[in-house]
Amino acid sequence: MAILVDKDTRLVVQGLTGSEGRFHGLRNRSHGTNVVAGVTPGKGGQEVEGIPVFDTVADAVGEAGADTAMVFVPAPFAADAMYEAVDAELTAVICITEGVPAHEMLRIHSFIRGRGVRLIGPNCPGVLSPGKANVGIIPAEIFREGSVGLVSRSGTLTYQIGHELTQLGLGNSTIVGIGGDPIVGSSFLDILALFEADPQTEQVVMVGEIGGAEEERAAEFIEAEMTKPVVAYIAGFTAPPGKTMGHAGAIISGSAGTAQAKKDALEARGIRVGMTPTETAQLVAEIAGGR
Amino acid sequence: MDLHEHQGKEIFRQFGIPVSDGLLATTPDGARAAAEEIGGTVVVKAQVLIGGRGKAGGIKLATSADEAAAHASEILGMDIRGHTVSKLWVERASDIAREYYLSLTFDRSAKQPLFMFTTQGGMDIEEVAATSPDALVKLHVDPLEGCHPWHARRLVYAGGVEDPGEQKQIAAIVAKLYDAFVGTDAMLCEINPLIVTLEGEVRALDSKFTVDDNALFRHPDIAEMRDVAGSDPLEVLAREKGVTYVKLDGEVGVLGNGAGLTMSTVDVVTFVGGRPANFCDLGGGGDAQGVVDALEVITRDPQVRSIFFNIFGGITRCDEVARGVLQAVEQMGLDQPIVVRLDGTNAEEGRRILGEATLRNLHTESTMLDGARRAVELAA
Repeated sequence: MAILVDKDTRLVVQGLTGSEGRFHGLRNRSHGTNVVAGVTPGKGGQEVEGIPVFDTVADAVGEAGADTAMVFVPAPFAADAMYEAVDAELTAVICITEGVPAHEMLRIHSFIRGRGVRLIGPNCPGVLSPGKANVGIIPAEIFREGSVGLVSRSGTLTYQIGHELTQLGLGNSTIVGIGGDPIVGSSFLDILALFEADPQTEQVVMVGEIGGAEEERAAEFIEAEMTKPVVAYIAGFTAPPGKTMGHAGAIISGSAGTAQAKKDALEARGIRVGMTPTETAQLVAEIAGGR
Repeated sequence: MDLHEHQGKEIFRQFGIPVSDGLLATTPDGARAAAEEIGGTVVVKAQVLIGGRGKAGGIKLATSADEAAAHASEILGMDIRGHTVSKLWVERASDIAREYYLSLTFDRSAKQPLFMFTTQGGMDIEEVAATSPDALVKLHVDPLEGCHPWHARRLVYAGGVEDPGEQKQIAAIVAKLYDAFVGTDAMLCEINPLIVTLEGEVRALDSKFTVDDNALFRHPDIAEMRDVAGSDPLEVLAREKGVTYVKLDGEVGVLGNGAGLTMSTVDVVTFVGGRPANFCDLGGGGDAQGVVDALEVITRDPQVRSIFFNIFGGITRCDEVARGVLQAVEQMGLDQPIVVRLDGTNAEEGRRILGEATLRNLHTESTMLDGARRAVELAA
């Protein structure tokens, strides 16, 4: 099973002929992802190591049967690429691009409402279902197949926690990077709901950080809707207010969005929070061991 | 990017939101000349990117040009919560009958712009929200539909504005604020207070304006407004070098790759008893030159006594980072102890490169926790 991407995924890479798109598109294919098409306007008819390139996403759907898109186009054009992918009625659109203006994401979010498409990102490392498919830039070799779902606002911090899990002999069903921007396509809540419904996933690690109130909303959802155990980690306990800590969304505004407030909200609902990546992995191992 | 009051007001003016006449001054003589040109009573206001200016004595009324100059010499150079005042906004004083509050911001949970309006202006909005939540009117706007006259009517009527003249003026300001918000890719536009003068005129007396850094590529005029002189010099240097850097107040320099891992590293250094000197994110690439640039920024801070490199290679290759560390240490003659922890892509090769180097101030650790502990010990 796993969520979002698996052996049935038929991927189109928007921006496959660019250097990053090519590198990661081919890397994803070597992990077993079925990369059926690329899209670069004006380069239709070309090939990238056997992958056909089309001018439009609609062509990639019509002629190659693509059902999932990975957006790897530069920030000023990424919003347009997302609209195009959504309009082509793909089931999932995963946007890796960093630096998409937040107002574009506001509009896209209104646009996709009710269209039945799942948008992940932007500014995210992508989605990996170990042993099945990898869509994005997550280094698959760090992870192994297993039953722990992992959802995170960060890239490398996810790798760190995944690595600690692997060291303890634990594997993952799917790793989802939802992105570090203020407005992202899918929130913790959306992904937690998918993990709750996924038979392969037995427990979930949620890796949050300062800024916004998504971790707090997730805490309410976990208490009300989830039967599977969730362990959380929050980065940024020592971040000063008013400073953007790398991710555009990682900012404490006034008294809102602190790591402590998120930890308190989670613990008040019985969700355990690790204070370091190592402790977080140990909490997961404890739960796995006790099952 | 946060804008100064006078910059936000300039944008307000461009979009047709009424503001008072004012001039910028950087010296007492400049303030005197500005006051003379404006005439009558003026307000001398410190331009710093932090709240609480009034309480700190950074806003003063002057009835003459000489008094404006005297206030200017007091306020210039003043430290307001860590920000040094180098610019003043000299503005025509207003006779205030009432103070309201109007803002437009991102509601990250609803993923829509959010208007907030209250007739209890002039105070901290979080305080209004806490003490009299009923007085605060909140209204979302669908970004695809945009702002319509009914949005403004809802705010004005629900807020309890009774004077028809005020209602009309505020409604116009609501529409123009939305235009400014969308037109400049703002994350926050706040008018506090939105005043009603004794003559019944509604005007923006202050501005708090934040523009999305990701959208500056399409607003070159706003990008130029960045206040380099008023920023931390290390943060300015970092921006020039393309390094993401936030100055903190400790002794352990922290360098990681990726925002989340770097934030986590800063936390872990604190939890094991240290005080981080900075947050420095190498970003996704992390080639040798990137490492050199980052180290140059970190070590410019005289408080730094040890450096912790925490790298988990994804796209970043650990062998590249290792070469960068060696290159930087040699090139810059660094003598602070450097603790390096490498994992992920090409980590073994990276560790081998560092192992073969014979630098007495280079230490390697195999886990994040041990690396943090070692760096904290070495900073003591």
